[in-house]
Amino acid sequence: MTTDTRTRQSALRVGLVYPDLLGTYGDRGNAVVLVERCRRRGIPAELVELPASSPLPDSLDIYLFGGGEDSSQVLAAQNMAASASSLDRARAGGAVVFAVCAGFQLIGASYETGEGEILDGLGLVDMATVGASPRLIGEVLVEPEPATGLPTVTGFENHAGRTTLGPGIGPLGRVVQGGGNGVDGVDGVLAERLVGTYLHGPVLPRNPALADSLLAMVLGEEELQPLDDSLVEALRRERLAAVTATGWRARRQELHLNRG
Amino acid sequence: MSARGGLAIAAGRAAGWASRVTGRGAGAQISGRVMLRLQPDLLDSMATEDAITLVSATNGKTTTTRLLVAALEAAGRPVVTNGTGANLAAGIVATLAPPHPPSDAVLEVDERVLSLVVDPLDARLVVLANLSRDQLDRYGEVRSLADQWREVAEAHPDLKIIANASDPHVAWSAAPASPTWVELGAGWRGDVATCPACDRLLDWSDTGSYRCECGFATPAAEHRLEGDTLVTGNRRVPLELAIPGRWNVLNAAMAVVAATELGVDAQLAARAAADVTTVSGRYATYRLADGRPATVLLAKNPAGWSEVLAWLEGNDHGVVLAINAHVADGRDTSWLWDAPFERLRGRRVAASGERALDLAVRLDYGGVDCVLEPDPVAAAALIGGDEVNVVASYTQFTALTRRLS
Repeated sequence: MTTDTRTRQSALRVGLVYPDLLGTYGDRGNAVVLVERCRRRGIPAELVELPASSPLPDSLDIYLFGGGEDSSQVLAAQNMAASASSLDRARAGGAVVFAVCAGFQLIGASYETGEGEILDGLGLVDMATVGASPRLIGEVLVEPEPATGLPTVTGFENHAGRTTLGPGIGPLGRVVQGGGNGVDGVDGVLAERLVGTYLHGPVLPRNPALADSLLAMVLGEEELQPLDDSLVEALRRERLAAVTATGWRARRQELHLNRG
Repeated sequence: MSARGGLAIAAGRAAGWASRVTGRGAGAQISGRVMLRLQPDLLDSMATEDAITLVSATNGKTTTTRLLVAALEAAGRPVVTNGTGANLAAGIVATLAPPHPPSDAVLEVDERVLSLVVDPLDARLVVLANLSRDQLDRYGEVRSLADQWREVAEAHPDLKIIANASDPHVAWSAAPASPTWVELGAGWRGDVATCPACDRLLDWSDTGSYRCECGFATPAAEHRLEGDTLVTGNRRVPLELAIPGRWNVLNAAMAVVAATELGVDAQLAARAAADVTTVSGRYATYRLADGRPATVLLAKNPAGWSEVLAWLEGNDHGVVLAINAHVADGRDTSWLWDAPFERLRGRRVAASGERALDLAVRLDYGGVDCVLEPDPVAAAALIGGDEVNVVASYTQFTALTRRLS
């Protein structure tokens, strides 16, 4: 038997980390989707913006780290370092971390820029990123680790990172199309109450099962009440078909998209 | 001009003509591509023939160019311009290719191309209005564009530049050339959290001025926009436009200051700008099959959409949003989540274009009800309202204006 989520003492708080610095690629959408999927289930939830000018609080249920420009990433790394203990307390209390692109790089041990500058990451998980050419840009499909039970993840990547996971650290899944981590044919990272990926789109609107898996971690439930996702399912079918198109169909599509 | 240059121009013109009569496009882009293929240094030979003004920005360059051209023409000066928006090197070559009478040239230039054409064209005046995220998969990050622009200003400290003081990226990139500053006031802040000079967090005031610990701050401006009035010292020039939106008042301010720099009286320039009703299909009103008027607007990125969505709140017309994700639109639709579509709650809205489903999902999570119809003309026909506003991404916009006119 699952606990009745409506008995939660307070609203589920979704924290958007540094939207001013890590808000370049639409990743705010991930926060909107988590909050809205709670509300549609009658679970009170709120979106809390965490500006870079203030220390990160330890009181949130989910911390979302998004993508940002290279220059912003340096400042984000510096500011986060000062809030590391706060995040540790939150995680010890059960908070979930979901990190995308630049944010994904920042939760690792280190990030080496294209110019050779090494930034310390938050070190929430053992992995290291090096900036390299070429940038990986385009649609991505990831087949998640079977244990997650998640369907194919679709998204769009735009980054120069090559991320190597530490020994014993597992990825979110295997890359079917695109670059992902750019190392070992995998994308992202999967750890205790922590998920990272290179995928924008934003990724949670396009992958509601992934969004719900994060909510389930916070709520301590196996399964959440199903929602009507027919619109998103139609979008997923369209994107999967577009990305997996082969032969003459792919060439025609490429020609068509490159017009103008 | 060499004989080979002449031949290249003739061949290019033929290609442009073929493109127009077969209905493939306006012809300037293909025409210039052929010219450059046959004579790669053609751009250099065009430098001496015209006094050239370049207009660049992420948003508003076509309109600002059009308003500046209107001002010069009102002053009786012949102007050569790339009015159809062919703003890459090829389009510029096609526009400037002789013969045409001695004239001013006013060219809108793609923000990535600016640094490549200032030298070969020996530009006399450069107008820099704004930089914000746009097609990140193709243009790269805003900061790298600002760096490119700054290299132009550093290499040409004597180049006459008119720059928007209220945009930190523009202010930082133009500063080395000691530009004429125009303070346009508060605008899109999504891409200017950090100081372009030192990467610290910028400190913003409610009125849209900024400063940083390092000393970088809104430059003191000679020209300033107060509401719809351009203020220069004691002189106040009202900008009352036929074309809609706050963003066009900003475009007009830049155009009028540029016109005065080129010797046109500011009042005359403002009156000429006021009379412009459509800009290469933008803001043109078409009749739908059922007789209702439909106005078509172009929006390409979060900053542009943010302005258009604010403007839409001023009417209760039916709204059609038409999105593609071709190369010219940006292949990544993530930006849909950076634009405040929530402003359309309670409105009659249709999601349209090849990426109608991405848009419909965005609207659904934003609490906006919509109907889904990929064909924007069909969508306009089925959405309610006495009038319809169609807001389209670039390739949707060009296709639509061709279909409707």
